Amino acid sequence: MINLLAANVVAEGGDKSPLLPDTAELVVGTIAFLIVLVLVGKMFVPKIRQTLEERSNEIEGGLERAAAAQKEAKATLEQYQAKLSEARHEASRLREEAREQGAQIIAEMKEQAQSEARRIIDSAHAQIEAERQQALNSLRGEIGALSVELAGRVVGESLEDTARQSRVVDRFLEELEGRARSQEQITS
Amino acid sequence: MSAPHLLASGSGDEFEAPGLHIFDWGPLIPSGPAWLDWLTKPTLIVILAGLLITVFAWRAFGNPKLVPKGVQNVGEVGYLFVRDQVARPMIGKDGDKWMPFLFSTFFFVLFMNLAGVVPVLQLPATSHIAIPIVLAIVVYLMMLFLSIKHQGLVGYFKNMMFPPGLPAPLYIILAPIELLSNIVLRPFTHAVRLFANMFAGHLLIAFFSTVAWWFLAEKLTVLGAGVGVVGFLMTIIMTAFEIFVQSLQAFIFTLLAASYIGGALHPDH
Repeated sequence: MINLLAANVVAEGGDKSPLLPDTAELVVGTIAFLIVLVLVGKMFVPKIRQTLEERSNEIEGGLERAAAAQKEAKATLEQYQAKLSEARHEASRLREEAREQGAQIIAEMKEQAQSEARRIIDSAHAQIEAERQQALNSLRGEIGALSVELAGRVVGESLEDTARQSRVVDRFLEELEGRARSQEQITS
Repeated sequence: MSAPHLLASGSGDEFEAPGLHIFDWGPLIPSGPAWLDWLTKPTLIVILAGLLITVFAWRAFGNPKLVPKGVQNVGEVGYLFVRDQVARPMIGKDGDKWMPFLFSTFFFVLFMNLAGVVPVLQLPATSHIAIPIVLAIVVYLMMLFLSIKHQGLVGYFKNMMFPPGLPAPLYIILAPIELLSNIVLRPFTHAVRLFANMFAGHLLIAFFSTVAWWFLAEKLTVLGAGVGVVGFLMTIIMTAFEIFVQSLQAFIFTLLAASYIGGALHPDH
C-alpha cells in the first residue's frame, strides 16, 4: 500500500502546524535544489546562453556581410556605368573625328578636281590659241598668195617680184587689221 | 483506499470540510523500513520536479544548435522569458550572469507548484513550508553575501538604513524599519508568500472537490445535488485558476529573488 493518494487519515496526535517545517523535507529540498542548481544552472543554462550569443553574432555578421555585398555590387555597377559612358563618349568622339576627316577629304578632293579642271581648261585654251595662230598664219599665207595671184591677175605681171609682193600684201593686211581695229573701237 | 475515504474523511453522516490533515502525509511506503521514512509524497514531488527540470534542461540545452529544433525551441522560450522578464529588468545589464540561478529556480518552483494540478500527485510541494524556506534561505544567503561583497559590511547597512537625500529626523523611523524589513522580514515574506498561496489554493480545490463528491456521490439528495454541481464546476474553475496562480507565484518568487540580487549588486537604485 503506497501512501500516494490519501493523506494521513488517522492523525498522529492531532494536526501538525503548517508553519513548522518538516526536517526530511528541509533536507530533501536543499539537496534537490542544489543538484538542480549544479546540473541545470552550471551545466545546461550556460550552454544555451552561449548558443544564443553565437546566434545573435551570426545574425549580426550575416547582416554585415549582406550590407558589404550590396555595397560591392553598387560599386561595381557604378564602375560599369562609368565605363559605359566613357565608351559612349569615345564612340561619339570617333564619329565626330571621322565626320571631320570625311569633310576634309571631300574638300581636298574638290579643290584638287577644280585645279585639275582649271589646268585642263588652261591647256585647252593654250592649244586652241596655238592652233588658231597656226590656222591664222597658214590662212594668212594662203590668202596672201591667193590675193596676190588675184591682184596679179588684176594689175598684171608687174607685181610678180616676191619682195614687192609681200610688202604689198602686208600693207594690205595691216590696212585690213587697222580697219578691223577701228571698227572694234567704234562698236565697243 | 477508496476515493470516498480520501475525500470525505469524516466518519459520520455530517459533511466535513477538509482541514489541515490533507497536508499531512506519512511515509510513502507505510510498512517500509524506517530509513525510508523521509520519502513521503511531498519529498517525492520535490525529487520528481528536480528530475523533470534537469531532464528538460538536458534535452533542450544539452546539445544546443544555432538553428533550434524541437525541445530546444521550448527551452529557449522559457530561457528568454526569464531573461527578458526577470533577469534584465531586475538586475540590469549583468542580469544574464545570473540566468543559471534564476532559470533553475523559476522552473524548479514552477514544476513543484504545478504538481498541485497533476493527477495522482495533486499536491504542490511548495504548500509545505519547508520547501519555500529552503529556496528563500538560499536567496537570502546569496543576497547577504553579494551585498557585503559589493558594498562592504558597513556600506551595506549604511545604504540600507541611511539612504542619502532624506531629512535627518526621518532616519529615526526609517532606519529600524529598513533594517527589520531587509534583514528579518525579507526571507520570511519571500517564503511565506509562496507557501501561503499554494497552501490556500490546494485547500480550496480540496474543499470544492469534497463538496462535489459528498453531495453528488456520497449523500445524493434533491436539494444537495445543486450544491454538488456548484462544487463540481467550482473545482474545475479553481483548478484553472490554480494553474494561473501557481505560474504567477513561481514568477513572483523568481522576480523577488532577482530583485534582491539586483539590489545587492546595485544599491543605488
